Amino acid sequence: MNMIDIGPLSNIPREGARVVKTRLGCVAVFRTATDQVFALQDRCPHKGGPLSEGIVHGTHVTCPLHNRVFDLSTGLGEGEVPTYAARVEGGRVLIDSTLLSRSAA
Amino acid sequence: MSASPFPPGLAPATAPARPKLVVIGAGMASGRMLEHLLEAAPGRFDITLFNAEPRGNYNRLMLSPVLSGEKTYAEIVTHDDAWYAARGVTCRFGEAVTAIDRDRRTVRTARGDTPYDALVIATGSAPFILPVQGRDLPGVVTYRDLEDTEAMIATGVAGKDAVVIGGGLLGLEAAAGMAARGARVTVVHLMGHLMERQLDPAAGYLLQRDLERRGITVHCKGATKAILGTDRAEAVLLEDGTVYPADLVCMAVGIRPETRLATDAGLEVARGVMVDSTLRTSDPHIFALGECVEHDGQLFGLVAPLYDQAQVLAATLLGQEAAFAPVQTATKLKVTGCDLFSAGDFADAPDREDIVFRDPGRGIYKRLVLKDDRILGAVMYGDTADGSWFAGLMKDGTDIRATRDTLIFGPGAGKADPLAAVAALPDAAEICGCNGVSKGAIAGAVRGGACTLEAVRTCTKASASCGTCTGLVEQVMKLTLGDDFAAPAPAGMCKCTDHSHEDVRRLIKSMALKSIPAVMQELGWTTAGGCASCRPALNFYLLADWPLEYRDDRQSRFVNERNHANIQKDGTYSVVPRMWGGVTTPAELRAIADAAEKYDVPMVKVTGGQRIDLLGVRKEDLPRMWADLNAAGMVSGHAYSKGLRTVKTCVGTEFCRFGTQDSTGLGIRLEKLLWGTWTPHKVKLGVSGCPRNCAEATCKDVGIVCVESGYQVSVAGAAGMEVKATELIAAVPTEDEAVEITTAFIQLYREHARYLDRPYKWVPKVGLSWVIAQVVDDLPNRRALVARFEVSQSVYRRDPWAEHARPEERTKWGPMADLSLEAAE
Ligand code: SRM
Ligand SMILES: Cc1cc2nc3c(=O)[nH]c(=O)nc-3n(C[C@H](O)[C@H](O)[C@H](O)COP(=O)(O)OP(=O)(O)OC[C@H]3O[C@@H](n4cnc5c(N)ncnc54)[C@H](O)[C@@H]3O)c2cc1C
Ligand code: SF4
Ligand code: FES
Repeated sequence: MNMIDIGPLSNIPREGARVVKTRLGCVAVFRTATDQVFALQDRCPHKGGPLSEGIVHGTHVTCPLHNRVFDLSTGLGEGEVPTYAARVEGGRVLIDSTLLSRSAA
Repeated sequence: MSASPFPPGLAPATAPARPKLVVIGAGMASGRMLEHLLEAAPGRFDITLFNAEPRGNYNRLMLSPVLSGEKTYAEIVTHDDAWYAARGVTCRFGEAVTAIDRDRRTVRTARGDTPYDALVIATGSAPFILPVQGRDLPGVVTYRDLEDTEAMIATGVAGKDAVVIGGGLLGLEAAAGMAARGARVTVVHLMGHLMERQLDPAAGYLLQRDLERRGITVHCKGATKAILGTDRAEAVLLEDGTVYPADLVCMAVGIRPETRLATDAGLEVARGVMVDSTLRTSDPHIFALGECVEHDGQLFGLVAPLYDQAQVLAATLLGQEAAFAPVQTATKLKVTGCDLFSAGDFADAPDREDIVFRDPGRGIYKRLVLKDDRILGAVMYGDTADGSWFAGLMKDGTDIRATRDTLIFGPGAGKADPLAAVAALPDAAEICGCNGVSKGAIAGAVRGGACTLEAVRTCTKASASCGTCTGLVEQVMKLTLGDDFAAPAPAGMCKCTDHSHEDVRRLIKSMALKSIPAVMQELGWTTAGGCASCRPALNFYLLADWPLEYRDDRQSRFVNERNHANIQKDGTYSVVPRMWGGVTTPAELRAIADAAEKYDVPMVKVTGGQRIDLLGVRKEDLPRMWADLNAAGMVSGHAYSKGLRTVKTCVGTEFCRFGTQDSTGLGIRLEKLLWGTWTPHKVKLGVSGCPRNCAEATCKDVGIVCVESGYQVSVAGAAGMEVKATELIAAVPTEDEAVEITTAFIQLYREHARYLDRPYKWVPKVGLSWVIAQVVDDLPNRRALVARFEVSQSVYRRDPWAEHARPEERTKWGPMADLSLEAAE
């Protein structure tokens, strides 16, 4: 899979997230306490809450609007959030480059 | 491909002459490689060994015992002059190689060129130097070789101040070594806990506690700003303004593979010199091993995999088949008394499971990370006896399903004890804060015959006042009486712990717990990192109890408090500037209007709290909008916080024909005093100028109604999900007293209430008469509460907007990257 560099890992706070704008809408890139990264669509399936603003605990995030909890790697919880490939390489965060090329759905 | 070091056709033409092997760097990796090579085929090569250090190979790991004085340099030499001489190795020590000429196949030093047929680069790593002001001052050292170690010893650190920057393996060994020589050592570490690459926060906390017990000061989340001093280092200044005096500064912030020669020579270099599994670089005549290499995307910082490389490279040079495959290495810290073990991969991941065991009494923490019934990683502190057993199971990929339930206890077995935290408390630990009753006193009363909670209350007064320590008193009774006493099980704060909010608050104080990992460890949390429910609560308890020591953990806060604005249903935010006592000015209104226009605010609304709400602001616009509002003299209204919200006022004597006191002035005074504070839940005040009560003061958390004779202070009202009138706690003649009682009440609430209880929920739990006794009747206690509030406000009475609106902070509020603008492939 082709990956694209979106910046240094240090730009994302531990137990936090940053947003990447794409043609498919905003993608939330999470960093856990142990430096794993995950990329998910930044929209809660409930009422569209920005998951990037939720509290990150372990590999889960709690939606900031009504507290639904989602698993960061599968996107599963009460509903399902689309996930994208993401990884860290040499201190840089890489995400699935199809996010770059696909036109807005 | 040929396994010989020399590609076909390039083998040395002069058959009788032995091939020339040149090695750059006489460190631990090349030392081991030479041993293998010379043992397997003595005399096969004509070997020249260059080393920048003026000596041959020694055991670099053992520099720490040399630093602490437990060993001498002579004891750690692994290859002395005689060893090299006996094997015919030409030693060129103290002579750094400055260039490699790949066309001519020579290496250059200050003394000229030396030809090679095969070249080995084993230059190790170079310490990373922080690019801060003062880094070049005398007295600033790194920790890599004997020179560095001797520099630290030579400073004569006894009785002096030393600062170590970096709380990783090297930094901590440097710190412990200098402390052993009598220095006053401070470790400044950028991350939230020590050795964060090897340890999780819980183990990091235990390590910090043990280092502190031996007199080392540890400052985590500390970013070094500059090293101060004129002729030599005198102090270290941190970004947060802290200054630590320093006669010696040791920078141990990390290492970088020493790749300069390889880069200059045009070899393939990523982070390290790129090698394949035979340890050959991109040039078939050049090999590399040790910390300077990168293999399959991986760098190396521990010696075990380098020894494997040494074996492989010796074989490669002898034309034998061998391939390097890295294995997980366990880390240990060579500081006596700090018993830690870390191996494998302990990152959280959804398909993984944790088994956590904590024994607070003995300071033990163990965590195993499992996937598909196999151990993936292990972190241990305090008792690492089973470390190699776990490492073995991990390496062999043993299926642990059958032994899962007892696995964490190791090959032996033990059991977790829910009373462990209380059992570990010393007799002097205070259980009941109100009446100053210690654990020993309660246990004594029980042994003297008090077998019921009522009896203990009567004879010791423990839990007889506010009652929040009842759960703990019962646990002490249970410990003393054993199974004869059935303590009712209190509801745990969340699924991570059986301790109630009240127990946790009390134990944070009596055990002096000062960080989230400390609480989780000492109170036996069953999860490794808590949950969205306990983390915000612990963060509040800690900052309320240790205002000066504890640092707010932003990631443990709910979105509104983390972003200092209220999130709306569409992901935009609302911004509410403070409007002291509900009073504004034309200039402020103009600045609000300007901001509303400039940032396309879709709605401007007057709130129910006497101020103006700008709704629908985009996150990335927040810092600039705040900067504009700051410029007009406005600060955050904390409309988002579990903290002081509004002080609603009426016009009072200033304008109203019925006003008895200056209610507006008092409201403003209270808001200026109380703003910025964090409380268990939000706090709202009202001040009315007469009993007509136009400011609706009697349904607030604190309401003051002015009367001819002075001020009626009442508390614990509500007008939200429940509506409740306040209850009077005092009628006082002066404004100063009203202010003092209000402040003392807020501090009492901060110190005792459970997270997310508004005062109207909390006061009935502790009893109004107890509150009155604390903040009205007992004058010294009232003053002490006010004094503690002021200490806290010395940290928190500041505008968070201004902090985040600084230009260097602003980019953090926008997207990390914008791929929507990039051209599609
Ligand atoms: C803006 C405002 C409504 C308005 O347009 O007037 C408001 C808006 C919200 N209120 Fe309120 N409350 C506002 C005055 C009130 C008042 C009236 C007052 O303060 O005089 C009350 C009743 C008084 C009281 O607090 O007892 C009030 C009782 C609540 C409650 C119920 C609290 C309770 O303990 O029962 C909540 C829910 C909560 O906090 O858990 C709440 C929560 C909220 C939240 C924070 C809901 C949320 O979590 O998103 C709303 C945020 C909207 C936003 O983005 O700004 N709001 N809210 C008022 C802001 C006042 C200010 O200037 O800071
Ligand atoms: C204080 C300390 C404690 C440690 N503790 C542990 C531990 O407990 N466990 C563990 O596994 N690891 C530990 N390590 C790490 C371990 O020492 C290293 O992984 C190991 O020494 C690396 O071996 P190397 O041969 O790659 O590099 P080095 O041993 O550093 O050798 C490289 C040599 O190359 C020389 N050199 C560099 N450039 C040139 C040049 N241009 N020309 C000539 N010579 C050059 C250098 O002077 C140096 O002597 C510790 C390290 C230190 C400093
Ligand atoms: S009453 Fe308060 S919480 Fe409810 S909708 Fe109105 S502003 Fe929101
Ligand atoms: S929008 Fe996420 S829980 Fe409602």
